[in-house]
Amino acid sequence: MIVTYPHMGYMWICVKAMLEYLGVEVALPPPTTKKTLLLGVKHGPEFACMPLKLNLGNFMEAAELGADTMVMAGGCGPCRFGYYAQVEHAILQDLGYRYDLVVLEPPEKHIGELLGKIRQITGNRSWRQVIKGINFGYKKAWAVDDLERMAHYTRPRELFHGATDRAFKTALAEIVAVRQPEELPAARERAMAIMQNVEIDEHRQVVRVGIVGEIYTLLEPFANMDIEKKLGEMGVEVDRSIFLSEWINDHLFMGFGRNVRSSKEALKKAVAYLGHFVGGHGLETVGNTILYAEKGYDGVLQVLPFTCMPEIVAQSILPRVSQDLGIPVMTLIVDEQSGEAGLITRLEAFVDLLARKKRFREGLA
Amino acid sequence: MYGYLGIDVGSVSTNLVMMGEDGAVKHSIYLRTRGKPIEAVQAGLKMMKSALPSKIQVAGVGTTGSGRHLAGVITGADIIKNEITTHAIAASNVVPGVQTILEIGGQDSKIIILRNGVVADFAMNTVCAAGTGSFLDQQAFRLNIGIEEFGPLALQARVPVRIAGRCAVFAESDMIHKQQMGYNVEDILAGLCEALVRNYLNNVGKGKEILGPVVFQGGVAANAGMKRAFEKALETEVIIPPYFNVMGALGAALLAREATSRKKTDFYGFEVAEKDFKAGGFACDGCPNICEVVEITESDRVIARWGDRCGRWSDVLEQKEKIS
Ligand code: SF4
Ligand code: SF4
Repeated sequence: MIVTYPHMGYMWICVKAMLEYLGVEVALPPPTTKKTLLLGVKHGPEFACMPLKLNLGNFMEAAELGADTMVMAGGCGPCRFGYYAQVEHAILQDLGYRYDLVVLEPPEKHIGELLGKIRQITGNRSWRQVIKGINFGYKKAWAVDDLERMAHYTRPRELFHGATDRAFKTALAEIVAVRQPEELPAARERAMAIMQNVEIDEHRQVVRVGIVGEIYTLLEPFANMDIEKKLGEMGVEVDRSIFLSEWINDHLFMGFGRNVRSSKEALKKAVAYLGHFVGGHGLETVGNTILYAEKGYDGVLQVLPFTCMPEIVAQSILPRVSQDLGIPVMTLIVDEQSGEAGLITRLEAFVDLLARKKRFREGLA
Repeated sequence: MYGYLGIDVGSVSTNLVMMGEDGAVKHSIYLRTRGKPIEAVQAGLKMMKSALPSKIQVAGVGTTGSGRHLAGVITGADIIKNEITTHAIAASNVVPGVQTILEIGGQDSKIIILRNGVVADFAMNTVCAAGTGSFLDQQAFRLNIGIEEFGPLALQARVPVRIAGRCAVFAESDMIHKQQMGYNVEDILAGLCEALVRNYLNNVGKGKEILGPVVFQGGVAANAGMKRAFEKALETEVIIPPYFNVMGALGAALLAREATSRKKTDFYGFEVAEKDFKAGGFACDGCPNICEVVEITESDRVIARWGDRCGRWSDVLEQKEKIS
C-alpha cells in the first residue's frame, strides 16, 4: 500500500510526518503546478470548484509515482466539499486509475472516531503509537505555522528583496527533515533562528491586512497566486485567518489545545450578521472580518474560488460589516482563468487605498 | 523650466503628459499601442521632445497602466503606479472634493469612490465588452457612423430608444431590430448611450454609493451623448475634465512630482527613444508551471525580467522592485 493525499499549502509536511512515523509508505504528489491544474480542468466537471480540480490533478500525478490508496478529508454541512472524496474517486476510476479510497471525517464528538479511520491505513499499530503519530504531525504543523507567521512579519520589513523567502525555504527544510518526535524541538529552534536572522527594518511603516475566505484558497499559494508573498513585497504585513494547526485543533481535537486561537470566537462574532451555518468557512469569514476590524487592522481581503457558495453568502454580507465598522474589504475570486496582471493591479490599488487612508488618519491624529 | 512626465501604457492606447511645476498640462500625446508598447513609448517620447521648448528639463517621470513596469524599466521612472491610484489622483487634482470617478476606456472601465480626498472603494471591469467603449465603437460601425459624429448626433435625439443592452451580442441584434422598425438614427444612438450607462452602473457600479461631484473620464467621455446619458441616469451634473483621455498619465506625472520632491529623478533622458530595446520571452522548463518569462533587453543586455512564478529568473537580476 502506497498512500497519497492532495496538497493544501504545507499540509503535506504534517500528514507525511504522521504517516511515515506509523510506518506507512507515502507517495507525495509533485508540487501543484499549472500542469496539475490543466489535468484537473480537463477531467473534472466544469462547474466544480477549483479545489476539486486541483485535488484531481494531484491524484493523477501521484498515481504516476505509484500511489494506490488515496486519503481524503470528508466534509461537513451543505457545501459540496462533503462529496469531494467520492466524486474524485469516481472520476479517477472512470479514467482507469485503481485507487482505494479512505475518507477521514472530522469527528462529531470525540477524536476516537478519527483514530479508528487512521487505523484502517496503519494496520495493527497500538493506539498509543497512533496517538503519538497524530501528535507528531500536529506539532510539525504548529512549527510550520510559526515559521509562516514569522515570514508574514519580516517580508514587508526585509532589507534585502527575497531574503524572507530564502530563509523560509531553509527553515522549512529543517522541519521537514525531522523523522522522530524527540528531534522536533531542536529542529524547531534552528528553524526559528534562521527566520530571526532575516535582516529587517523594524521601524518601517507597514499596512496590516487580514486575509479571510475559503480554507483551500487561503492555504494553497498556487490557488491564491502567492497572495501573501505579493502583499508582503508591497509592504503589507498579513495575517491569515486560518492556520492548519488551528484548524486541526478546532476540528480534530475539538478545541482542547492550549493557547491556540480558535474559530469559536469568530463564530460568536458572526451571529450579529449571519444567524445560521452556511457551510465551508462562510461564518468564519464574516466573524473574522469583524475581529480584524476590532483589532485595528487596516483592511481585510476575502479570497474564494469561483462558484464557492459559502463564501458568496459571506461576500454579500461583508459590505455591511465594512460600512458598520469602517474597515475596507476587498473580495478576490480566483479561478483557472484569473489573470495575474489584473490581480496585481487590484492588490496594489487596495494597498494604496489603505496606505493613504492610514496616512490621512495619522495626519489628523 | 522644469516638467514632470507621465506615461500611461494601456493595451489600446499609450498616453504621455508633460506637466509643469504648477500642475498644468503643457503638452499631451495620445497614441495607439498596437501591441507594441515599447515602440509606442519611444514614439511618444520623440513627439514630446520635439513639441516642447528645448530648455525644459524633466524633473520626474511616473508610469501607469497595464504596461507600467515595462515603461518604468525603459525610461527610469521615479514611480510606477497602478491605474486606479493615478486616475484618482488626477481627478481630485482637477476637481477638488470629487467623490465619484466614472472611467470608461476602449477596453476596460472602472469606478472609483473617494471620500475626504482618499480612495474609499473601487471596481474594475476588464472582461465584459458591454460595459466599455468598444461597445459603442462596434455599434457605430454597424450603423456606419463615425465615432466623432456619434456624440453630436446622439444629442439631437428626442426620444431615446430603449435598447436591451445586458450583453453586447444581444444589444446588437436588438439595435438592428429597432433600426428596421424605422426608429431614427439619433434616437438609436442616444439609446445606445443609455444602454452602456445602464450596463456600467449595473456591473462596475453595482452597490456603490455615487455622490457628487461626479467626474467622467477616459476616452469615451469625448462622446457628449454619454455625458448626457449619465446625467439623466444619476440625476446630477457630470463633470468632464479638460484632459479627460490622459488622466492616468496626468496622475502619474503628479505622483512623479511628489516622488522627486526630495530626490533627483532617475529619468534616463529622451535618448531612450533612440535606444535599441527588445521585448522577448521564453517558456521556462524548470518545472511543470512552464512560466512565460518576459525579458526586456537593451542592446542585447537583459535589463528586466518578469512572469516567473518562483523568482528563478527575476531574482538574479537583483533589480530593485518598485511595485505599488
Ligand atoms: S467551501 Fe467553497 S470551494 Fe470549498 S467545497 Fe465548498 S463550495 Fe467548494
Ligand atoms: S520560472 Fe520557476 S516556477 Fe516558472 S517554470 Fe521556471 S522553475 Fe517553474
